[in-house]
Amino acid sequence: MISADTQGLRLATRYAVLVLIALIFVFPLVFMVMSSLKPDQQLLQDSGSLRAFLPVGDISLDNYAAAFQRAPVWTFVFNSVLITGVTVVLSLVVCSAAGFAFVFVRWKGRETLLAILLATLILPFETIAIPLLLMAANLPWLGLDGISWGWMNSYRIQIVPFIADGLTVFLFVQYFKDLPGELIEAARVEGASWAQIYRKVVMPLSGPILATAAILKFLVMYNQYLWPLMVTQEEGYRPVMVGLQYFFQLNVAWGEVMAYLSLITVPVLAFYLYLQKSFIASIASTGVKG
Amino acid sequence: MASKFTQSNRTGWLMAGPAILLIAGFVILPFFLAIGLSFTNQRLVSPNPTEFIGLSNYRQLLDVATLTLEPVRDAAGELVLKDGAPDYPSIRSLTRNNPDRPDLAGMREWFSFSTGGAARTVVLARDVVFMTAIVNTFVFVLVVAPVQAGLALGLALLINQRLRGINIFRALYFMPVVVSIVVVSLLWRLIYDGQSGLLNNLLGTLSFGTLPAVDWLGNPSTALGAIIAMSIWQAVGFHMVIWLAGLQTISPTLYEAAAIEGASKWQVFRYITWPGLRNTAILILIVITMQAFGLFAQIDVMTNGGPLDSTQTIVFQAIERGYGKQDISGGSAISVILFVIVLTISLIQRWLTRERS
Repeated sequence: MISADTQGLRLATRYAVLVLIALIFVFPLVFMVMSSLKPDQQLLQDSGSLRAFLPVGDISLDNYAAAFQRAPVWTFVFNSVLITGVTVVLSLVVCSAAGFAFVFVRWKGRETLLAILLATLILPFETIAIPLLLMAANLPWLGLDGISWGWMNSYRIQIVPFIADGLTVFLFVQYFKDLPGELIEAARVEGASWAQIYRKVVMPLSGPILATAAILKFLVMYNQYLWPLMVTQEEGYRPVMVGLQYFFQLNVAWGEVMAYLSLITVPVLAFYLYLQKSFIASIASTGVKG
Repeated sequence: MASKFTQSNRTGWLMAGPAILLIAGFVILPFFLAIGLSFTNQRLVSPNPTEFIGLSNYRQLLDVATLTLEPVRDAAGELVLKDGAPDYPSIRSLTRNNPDRPDLAGMREWFSFSTGGAARTVVLARDVVFMTAIVNTFVFVLVVAPVQAGLALGLALLINQRLRGINIFRALYFMPVVVSIVVVSLLWRLIYDGQSGLLNNLLGTLSFGTLPAVDWLGNPSTALGAIIAMSIWQAVGFHMVIWLAGLQTISPTLYEAAAIEGASKWQVFRYITWPGLRNTAILILIVITMQAFGLFAQIDVMTNGGPLDSTQTIVFQAIERGYGKQDISGGSAISVILFVIVLTISLIQRWLTRERS
């Protein structure tokens, strides 16, 4: 027989291991937030002890005020929110429509085209970034004042290339395949139009996959770095990750850096912790059926 | 039957069209452009027309040659010693304006080794930095893929226990995944700092001050390792979740049967868990490998390829050329090389893990 004591000890050890590992994953983020509240000198001194993770000493929001002084922070935040929001919404519409067409509608070329779309999954973005940069510099755009050339320094160059991607279409296809196809056929027989079926039958059943696709796209778009770095030279169009460069010109004030990092990270972390089940489920769903 | 009701070419094209056009224009077209441009001298902005220059970009990047150098001997055939060591003819005399070896013009020493006796074999490369970048990228992938996959599996097994509050731990382990790699890289720059970095302070305290402080990112022998460790820390939660999803597809009745049979923990893992995770394992290996080959942001934020090119990577080189130097064709050639490497490796992985029937 195992005594109650040994059992308690075992349980305690298990939790101790779990907590220790949790500390490894969380400490840099705690360090970030705590440091953002401290003056530079104290920040560096504190990093020699556990004080680095505690809100002690000379605590204030001065670094945040200084960060807003140094860089157009609101512009960067606005740009990121706009670019991420618009891309996520358009991506859901475009990719769900494509998934719908591939699963429920029978049309010429559907199998070949689906195979081609899935093949693009093995193309890492890094392998197309450079030619895409050349395209960005030369694409035409029809504006109010006629045709102009070049998409550099714009919102559209940060949005349009990321609306549709093979993975999102694939996730919708997988999800739609599990919906009862007879339901759609029945609706057609009854005379429902395709648009009605898409809006009134399939979309109401698609809550989980819409959440998954939105979360994955959100993470990719909000954290974009390489692409906006290459295509935005004007600060007016730069998103938050590229805006970071402002804090490394001239003298680096780590307190301000930490304040800016906290400002662009903590809302995302809060959002994640609030919706963590959906976040984790969406990552998991990329694996199970792959 | 009802099939005529679900048949509609117009609807199919109308609904799938936008996604097809966007992917064709912004993924497939650039991919073929990369191939085409890599055979030209295209620049981002140039007054001169673009010309077809064949394999020249690839030669510039990939040319290697070996050279066997005999030590310098005097008239009697004795070794001429210089500072007590045999003296070799300088490589420069062969690679600069040497009419006998036009093929070596402009190449630089990559590495050398002695091949028995006094002779020394020198490997020359036209672009030594790119060669270093390829080697570094492979080291990164070869370490990250197994270590990250293994740690992620360990964490998944840990999190798969039935304990109160386990979901909180799962959420915490996953947290770095939702943080931008740029933010993570900056934080770790402070953690790795040579003087007041958290890591040095921690190691100093644990060793009672006997371990000397290390400038983790400033030292060529530790910089790549430091970036590897951080990258694993950031991404391991992602793959933990995928393993977890795999674990949860294994039928509980199998575990019940094993418990009745009195199987040991290891036997349960070896004969039930692991076979059930086969497909997950293949997927994880392929995904990590592809992600690892894209290594860029960490380098850009933390080291810029240094110190002494010890953290140069293929993608960093592609961006430095294509964007930094506006040499679109050179950057495209690197992209194509990267694609060929990724494709070859994923084909090999698929072949190695194929279903044997």
